[in-house]
Amino acid sequence: MIGNLDLALVDWSRAQFALTAVYHWLFVPLTLGLSFIVAIMETLYVRTGNEEWKRITRFWMTLFGINFAIGVATGIILEFEFGTNWSNYSWFVGDIFGAPLAVEGILAFFLESTFVAVMFFGWNKVSRKFHLLSTWLVAIGANLSALWILVANAWMQNPVGMVFNPETARNEMISFWAVLFNDVAVDKFLHTIASGFLLGSMFVLSISAYYLLRKREESFAQRSIVIAGIFGLLSSLLVAYTGDSSARTLSKVQPVKFAAFEALYEGKEEAGLVAFGILKKSEDKIGEKNRRDYALKIEIPGFLSVMTGGDRLAFVPGIDDLILGNPSREIISVQERMERGKVARSLVAQYKEAKVNNETGKAAGISGMFRDKTFSDKYFSNFGYASLGKPEDAIPNVGVSFYSFHLMVYLGFFFILVFSLALYYLFTGTLRTRRWFLWIALCSLLLPYVAGESGWVLAEMGRQPWIIQNLMSLSDAVSQLNPGSVMTTFFMFTILFTVLLIAEVSIMIRQIKIGPEHMN
Amino acid sequence: MISYFFLQNYWWIIISILASLLVFLMFVQGGQSMIFTLPGNDVQKTMIVNSLGRKWEFTFTTLVTFGGAFFAAFPLFYATSFGGAYWVWIAILFSFIIQAIAYEYRSKPSNILGQKTFDVFLFLNGSLGPFLIGTAVATFFTGSHFSLNDMNQVKWASNWHGLEALLNLRNLSLGLTVLFLSRLNALLYINNSVDDTQLTERLIKRLLPNSVVFLVSFLFFVITLLLSDGFSADNDTGKVIMEKYKYFHNLKDMPVTLVLFLCGVAAVLYGIINAMLNKSRNAVWFTGIGTVLAVLSLFLISGLNGTAFYPSITDMNSSLTIRNASSSMFTLRTMMFVSFLVPFIIAYIWYAWRSINIKRITEEEMKTEGHLY
Repeated sequence: MIGNLDLALVDWSRAQFALTAVYHWLFVPLTLGLSFIVAIMETLYVRTGNEEWKRITRFWMTLFGINFAIGVATGIILEFEFGTNWSNYSWFVGDIFGAPLAVEGILAFFLESTFVAVMFFGWNKVSRKFHLLSTWLVAIGANLSALWILVANAWMQNPVGMVFNPETARNEMISFWAVLFNDVAVDKFLHTIASGFLLGSMFVLSISAYYLLRKREESFAQRSIVIAGIFGLLSSLLVAYTGDSSARTLSKVQPVKFAAFEALYEGKEEAGLVAFGILKKSEDKIGEKNRRDYALKIEIPGFLSVMTGGDRLAFVPGIDDLILGNPSREIISVQERMERGKVARSLVAQYKEAKVNNETGKAAGISGMFRDKTFSDKYFSNFGYASLGKPEDAIPNVGVSFYSFHLMVYLGFFFILVFSLALYYLFTGTLRTRRWFLWIALCSLLLPYVAGESGWVLAEMGRQPWIIQNLMSLSDAVSQLNPGSVMTTFFMFTILFTVLLIAEVSIMIRQIKIGPEHMN
Repeated sequence: MISYFFLQNYWWIIISILASLLVFLMFVQGGQSMIFTLPGNDVQKTMIVNSLGRKWEFTFTTLVTFGGAFFAAFPLFYATSFGGAYWVWIAILFSFIIQAIAYEYRSKPSNILGQKTFDVFLFLNGSLGPFLIGTAVATFFTGSHFSLNDMNQVKWASNWHGLEALLNLRNLSLGLTVLFLSRLNALLYINNSVDDTQLTERLIKRLLPNSVVFLVSFLFFVITLLLSDGFSADNDTGKVIMEKYKYFHNLKDMPVTLVLFLCGVAAVLYGIINAMLNKSRNAVWFTGIGTVLAVLSLFLISGLNGTAFYPSITDMNSSLTIRNASSSMFTLRTMMFVSFLVPFIIAYIWYAWRSINIKRITEEEMKTEGHLY
């Protein structure tokens, strides 16, 4: 769509968006998880009338507040960066993407921001029950906020429920429910909020472990661990379950991403799941791109086929099949998809020309073609491929996809173990004496952050070169700005976010050191 | 049967309502812009900051929703203005990032930057936020430098990417109007929510100078607006031409907007005078409602009655109208159903607001409050 592609502009725009998203995701999961944890704690306070639970609630709520503010700050930037840096994309998808965003603003943000004020300032002003309700509404509002933006992101991974309108040169929604209940959206929402619950639980567990190690506030810490342990274990199991289901969905809707995170080049039956592997660069190439080989690989035989196709004989396509084509499996090559994409693009041009020449019949005919399912499946579904220079451009970064996926999975299993042990030691009354475990719990504080960021790196970088899978590449989506301007704002954001992060961490550490003594 | 045109009008009205609420809620920013000058001592400063701090999120959320609603209902504006007038929007965003953390962090120990820095953040957001938003919105009437290609992709004609709007006196006058209106609303809001006699004295004294600047800039903007040519769009062909006294005609053609505007201005003036003469604590409700009505009217005349709401000076036919910039009929209708929940949302916001503001902030409360800014 844009004649003069400026790589520096695309790269700086990507860097800026990635920076904002990475920072945003440092704060959001804690908001998602801790909001429910404090709501559960406060419920115990209201039900038992035990002031100790109030003290526990207020302490964690203080930490929640410190984190909440900076999550809000980075969130607004993300929202507006769709417009500032990806304006062509904003128009191309605005008819679909905007709706979830507006619903999010109307339904979720106001719920969250209205009741957060009652939650912080209402202790002595409203009844206990209304305060408790407010705390729950903050948790629900925060998690609803996540729903809509994840629905939008899922649409970018798997665009459904729309038709392309050549008149307006954009996608237009025809089914709100198809967008909302997109397979990817359901998996993504559950997986993402569960990872937030897990992170919130680990946060509480780690800090409580710190108090136990220092032999401070032991009753406070153990009560906190009861909640964090149970909530964390359930969440980590949900994360594992939804992760598995996400991977199955991906194998169908984003097979290249799926093959990339398993570094699977040659498709096969009885494909094994790589439990552990180290990649190395190969001399073999696809087009101009070097392949990756395994320097070391431990795999579970046949498991990948079972996972994706239901039995060991199911064929799992590899990157070679998906890029070069595999007629025996009815997989078309990227070269062919590029041709089909160009056909769809040329029809848009012909439509514009017909409009200019007042050939209404011809224009209506072309418009009808885009609404036709057969045409859409064959041609429009490859619309973005017309912008690719060469077939291998459709391969994402295999190393990044592979390592981010495996790191996330290893950590996922580790979290299940940590929460299980925490509960076991707690209920057998030996937690305080297991100092080695308390140290592990404390040191695990940052690991859910690593896992969560890895998940997003996989989701977003694994989709490259697409901003919308198969329909729009990054270079088509970017705002036409001077790369120097975007570079300048990138550094401005980097400095600002980093300073604010340092301030946040410093305040948080100080509050943890002060502890809950003064909470009442 | 609901038509596409009806839905486009409906969504312009919703956007206008959000904009008018946002301008009122920017009293939070107005108050922040006086953080170094209004309080006579530290206790007063704490009371002011806490009174504003309990509301900052309403403003912030309204801004986010305003952006979201624009994206959803008029995505071509979102793409064109944000992608084109890059530097203005980035400056606005910057000022809001530093606000979001400033309240929570300013008085917390080990905040690295020190309370003074966070107060400077509040001041910058308070001054720049309303001023820049006002200036950016003024381009709805004065036009911007862009063109769109046949794929509706924007090309901004000025290398300043939006900052050039600051060179136009009319744009600046609306920026100043919004800033000083926010300051007036802030003075009256603080008077309503804080119980401190000395502080009341100080803020009543500040009403006059702020009112003078507000009125001068407001009158300049309104008079030049009514006398200026406007961007008129043909509802059928979409062709945009300059029409003499277009915005004056819009007020005349849509008498509701004229009534809203006059009632709004009268309510703001009544509120200010009532506060100056009687030290009325409830004056903020008059200026608040007046602000909402007047801004609503201005937004309505910028987009309805065949008017290009985001006009292009460079290529007049690239101008955005509610017809060519909107989402599809299906999307607008789906979102209309969601928008029916808005009264319910306003009701709970009102209830929560009342439950927190039921008692005025006092020096005593500042000593006992567990969550202090």
